[in-house]
Amino acid sequence: MSLLSRTAHRFGATHWISPLAFLALWELGSRTGVIPERTLAAPSSVLVTLWQMIVSGELPDNLAVSFLRVAAGLAIGITVGVVLGLTAGLSSKGEAAIDPIIQIKRTIPTLALTPLFIVWFGIGETPKIALIAFASVFPVYLNLYSGIRGVDVRLVEGARSFGLSKAEVIWHVILPGALPSLLVGLRYSLSIAILVLVVAEQINASAGLGYLVNNARDFMRTDIIVVCLLVYAALGLGADALVRAIESRALAWRPNLVKA
Amino acid sequence: MKAQLTYLAYHVDAAVAPVAPKPAPVVRLRNFTRRFGANTVIDGLNLDIEPGEFVALLGRSGGGKTTLLRTLAGLDDIAGQDVTVPGSRAVVFQDARLLPWKKVWRNVALGLKGGHERDRAEAALREVGLGHRLDAWPLTLSGGEAQRVALARALVREPKLLLLDEPFAALDALTRIKMHGLVLDLWRAHQPAVLMVTHDVDEAIALADRILVLDAGRIVAEEHITAERGQRGEVGRALRQRLMGYLGCEVPEQAELSAVDVGASIVPFPQGGEA
Repeated sequence: MSLLSRTAHRFGATHWISPLAFLALWELGSRTGVIPERTLAAPSSVLVTLWQMIVSGELPDNLAVSFLRVAAGLAIGITVGVVLGLTAGLSSKGEAAIDPIIQIKRTIPTLALTPLFIVWFGIGETPKIALIAFASVFPVYLNLYSGIRGVDVRLVEGARSFGLSKAEVIWHVILPGALPSLLVGLRYSLSIAILVLVVAEQINASAGLGYLVNNARDFMRTDIIVVCLLVYAALGLGADALVRAIESRALAWRPNLVKA
Repeated sequence: MKAQLTYLAYHVDAAVAPVAPKPAPVVRLRNFTRRFGANTVIDGLNLDIEPGEFVALLGRSGGGKTTLLRTLAGLDDIAGQDVTVPGSRAVVFQDARLLPWKKVWRNVALGLKGGHERDRAEAALREVGLGHRLDAWPLTLSGGEAQRVALARALVREPKLLLLDEPFAALDALTRIKMHGLVLDLWRAHQPAVLMVTHDVDEAIALADRILVLDAGRIVAEEHITAERGQRGEVGRALRQRLMGYLGCEVPEQAELSAVDVGASIVPFPQGGEA
């Protein structure tokens, strides 16, 4: 089966009708002047703008800047989250030390920290990366921690009965057992990171998608704004696809993924 | 040190009586006691298991069977107690406890040392008739297959003591009969000492050299079976009656006998059927 027919089969051709009709109405509204250009650009002009921005290098360059922000923030946030999750999950002292602080942190909405981060880190790249990192720690931490605590005690005992050392039990039993939870946390972190990116980039940025959006707002270029929205959506989809790819490789043992 | 003394004592016996010297037991418990809070689960238990001996442990729920098995498996702390268990031991649990994220052969090779892990795992899996499922995921196995993998995982370690914790309780009757035969074959081939915890009196009679009944943390009965496996129909009948009595399960004699007669006429021991 080709990818196309499989996709068509999966979603059903009928699922495409309403979005396409919506686009057609939108285009019609723009052409007839019901929807003014300054309110919302027509789909066709959005596509033209998208193409022009790609060709001129404006979009790739700014996308790269945004992408690096997310990547750096996530790298830091996920690393910290994994380290904290492992510490709290594997030792009761670690749990006593770490968990209360993280729970306190959880009650503060990350974006509310923006003014404080600007005071601390200025308005360059640092506060943006720091906000993304800060926001993405929690889902990874919480899911890894509860994943470790949720590992089947009987499997741990079974492994111990064969004389495995503590380190071997952690490596062969506890970490693989917690992996599904960790991947759930990872997926949450990715989507939160993109959310925080959108907001963080509105802070005095001189490059990146947020900068493009801000500029376009000043010139009322709704076509550019819609292009950037599309790119944000694509980033989210890409992040999700990445985790799915990791899952289908790392969790190949799960019955719903195992091919008989 | 204490195990050493016992060993010497056996030699003294052997000098008096002209029989082969008894080897040192692989398991030796003296006055073993286990408490959880105010609750005494095992109370002053003495137990020896000879090398290569097949011992079945019967008992009601809460009688201390699992606690004893956990102690012998090294899962519980035994500080300050006179307990001798061999370093090489392996457990087969009622639930196979395979790691679902490791392929079958990696489960068998779990924690093996000394190289050639895959070859050794493969040999063990062939022995239990699963040479073709080396690279299968555990969650695709049937209950009987999973339990055979668990047996292979235990035997690949060449244990001196094999602990079976109700290993067939979750299997259907037919699979269980096949597993009984397999366990006996493997036991004869590898000659570990076996301690099998079971609820099933017939299973114990069919498989064991010696049957212990554990109740309220004490061994309340001990039965040796000298009849060959496969020819235990006659002794089994009386023995079954006694064991059921120890377990507090009085069965009217007439009904009891007829039940066993019917069972025996269909399925000969050691494949002792379900009564």
